[in-house]
Amino acid sequence: MGLTKQSTGSSVLGFKPHIERQHPGQKIIALAGNPNVGKSTVFNSLTGMRQHTGNWPGKTVSIAQGSFFHKGVHFLLVDIPGTYSLMANSVEEGVARDFICFGDPDAVIVVTDATCLERNLNLVLQVLEVTGNVVVCVNLIDDARRRKIRIDLEELSRLLGVTVAGTSARSGKGLDRLMDEVWTVTHEKPGCCRGSPLKIRYHEAVESAVGLMEPSLEAALNKKLCARWTALRLLEGDENLLESIRNYLGYDLLALEAVSNSFQKARKILIDAGIDQDLFRDIIVSGIVRKAEEISRRVVAMEEPGHYTRDRKIDRVLTSRTWGIPIMIAMLGVILWITITGANYPSALLADALFWVEDQMTALFLSIGAPAWLHGLLVTGMYRTLAWVVSVMLPPMAIFFPLFTLLEDLGYLPRVAFNLDSFFKKACAHGKQALTMCMGFGCNAAGVVGCRIIDSPRERLIATITNSFVPCNGRFPTLIAIITMFFAGIIEGPFRSVISALMLTGVILLGVMMTLLVSRILSRTILKGLPSSFTLELPPYRKPQVGRILVRSLLDRTLFVLGRAVAVAAPAGMVIWAMSNIHIGGLSLLSHCAGFLDPFARLIGMDGCIIMAFILGFPANEIVIPLVIMSYMSTGSMMEFESLVRLRELLAANGWTWLTAVCVMLFSLMHWPCSTTCLTIRKETQSWKWTLISFLVPTAAGILICFITASVARLLGLS
Amino acid sequence: MKQNADLYMKHDQFIPLSFLPTGKKARVRALMSKGISRRRMLDLGLILDTEVEALQKSPFGDPVAYLVRGAVIALRSEEASDILVEAM
Repeated sequence: MGLTKQSTGSSVLGFKPHIERQHPGQKIIALAGNPNVGKSTVFNSLTGMRQHTGNWPGKTVSIAQGSFFHKGVHFLLVDIPGTYSLMANSVEEGVARDFICFGDPDAVIVVTDATCLERNLNLVLQVLEVTGNVVVCVNLIDDARRRKIRIDLEELSRLLGVTVAGTSARSGKGLDRLMDEVWTVTHEKPGCCRGSPLKIRYHEAVESAVGLMEPSLEAALNKKLCARWTALRLLEGDENLLESIRNYLGYDLLALEAVSNSFQKARKILIDAGIDQDLFRDIIVSGIVRKAEEISRRVVAMEEPGHYTRDRKIDRVLTSRTWGIPIMIAMLGVILWITITGANYPSALLADALFWVEDQMTALFLSIGAPAWLHGLLVTGMYRTLAWVVSVMLPPMAIFFPLFTLLEDLGYLPRVAFNLDSFFKKACAHGKQALTMCMGFGCNAAGVVGCRIIDSPRERLIATITNSFVPCNGRFPTLIAIITMFFAGIIEGPFRSVISALMLTGVILLGVMMTLLVSRILSRTILKGLPSSFTLELPPYRKPQVGRILVRSLLDRTLFVLGRAVAVAAPAGMVIWAMSNIHIGGLSLLSHCAGFLDPFARLIGMDGCIIMAFILGFPANEIVIPLVIMSYMSTGSMMEFESLVRLRELLAANGWTWLTAVCVMLFSLMHWPCSTTCLTIRKETQSWKWTLISFLVPTAAGILICFITASVARLLGLS
Repeated sequence: MKQNADLYMKHDQFIPLSFLPTGKKARVRALMSKGISRRRMLDLGLILDTEVEALQKSPFGDPVAYLVRGAVIALRSEEASDILVEAM
């Protein structure tokens, strides 16, 4: 890789943040900013499709990289996690700080929100303490104008001592100017910035302590880190930074005699002035916050002070005592209804098309005289399973994900967390768990990854373990099919889909209640502890970008989840075909296993074939019902059923009652997470123990509840 | 908690932020939070003399949304009761 001057030398010792230049002389640009300021819009507008996502070494925080070309220079843009500060209070903040400090970026773009500049300046000022090669991007400038907020960008640039570019990344406005500024900053000779970046002066004692440490640190750090900033962090007692220095620069800073001596002396100055570590931190933070306030007062002009009255009015309805919860549940119901009704037709079309392809494949196999087992394994085994998964999963996902992304874009999801937090608090969990559960509706693996937004480890584990209590898209088809066959069938006509949506909403609410109950049990037992601090930002409502929603949700979510499902369904299809076609003593392997499981399955209201289908459905939940049908018909391959009426007849003929249907729904809601989710949990928690617990907890809950339901129903003579 | 009690006695015009009625504004007079919680509050810009407005209770009364330096932040009563404010 084409290394620049800074990145050679002693840094070879430690492991470095792994950013490889694709071209020699490519400039690396870090993209920093608070969450919710349109950082990813800036990133996408600058890099277009030329991007990929990777994981930070040793951390589960992903960082996206993308490239752009401007005025003859290649730039590599690195989208570091959105944070409010660089104080390393959370993993994300640690990663953001480490990249700015040790990733050798040639410049840092800090994206800020023009409608909330003061708060965003906090991060800008912190970045300026680390490096002067900064371009401040004041984004959402059009939004601000609409809200009658005016920002004097020139004055801001003068006060900060770095260049400032106003953008409106959604419409692409100002991005050229931003790239110009980045070009300029990276082509200035190091150490001769035009202005001088703003440095905050703190309390006298702090300044003299820092001044005392600077010479020894300058010698020790050899320009790899800003000495003043490092001194501030060391005096603040930032262990985390010392460790990063050990990792990335390869030495222990405080073990150097000169540094250690000056550190002791500086500490003495502070102690004499009565400043302990807590107070020190207060002084630093207050200094930054006050500076941000001062700058904001000089550059931001608001014509109407009540510029957020519209948002407050919306909030007064959407989070009100009376309407908050009903509106939320209604919205969930409507989304499910649209998904269910909307998915039927394309689903049938897709199935027709895919099974037509299967017929062609069969004809091909016959014409070339391929052996029957090969046709069975590849076509009736692998292809048919794949066709099933695609036709059942794709349409609901293609409808559900855009709807969900729409709510996300509008800014409604944090309100869901706000509405529900009181329940989560009682369960000693975090309100943001509501958001990870919402993601779980789409895909539990995505929900587990989403648990990263919960910044305290205990609450994050709770959210991870309980995520599979929320039925994912793979389980909706099972639930919907059973509801339609056994419960909604009593009503004919247009109300049928409404009844289905209502019942499905009921099942989901049960899942939510189980989540809360299990969270509470977990925090009373293996994850004992008090809920840690809770803060939740309710960002302003924004007009969603419909076009981008479609692209993003279709590409990023739908195809991603589908791809993963296909990857597991293909080999699973072959295994299942083999199991049902290898016969021992006249019975297939599948029937043997089902027979073995039968007595246990009867106890919990189901039968051996169903449990076997759930077990074989470990790679992908959507194949559970097809597997059940396959076992009953003993056809040795998965069947497509022409109509739900015929399917109902088949199930009834195999002993299904309303109780069986209820137990299958309950077990579908509560059993082991699918293989993808399990692997994701392993990756996120870095522990097999928590993966195992995440596997066992919902399984145990499901068995217990099905057993109770079946026993009660039988005792009461209802079944 | 004892420290809190002392502070109430000394400055009876100070109330915990959690007692601030919705729609009312106040200024931060003392931050009693400790550890991580204190860091979070400071990160939000809740330092001395900061103006805070209680905007909206959630459907079950807790948490409450506050306007802090232009951003809307929801805090649970635990966190809010460690912030002593003077009503304006």
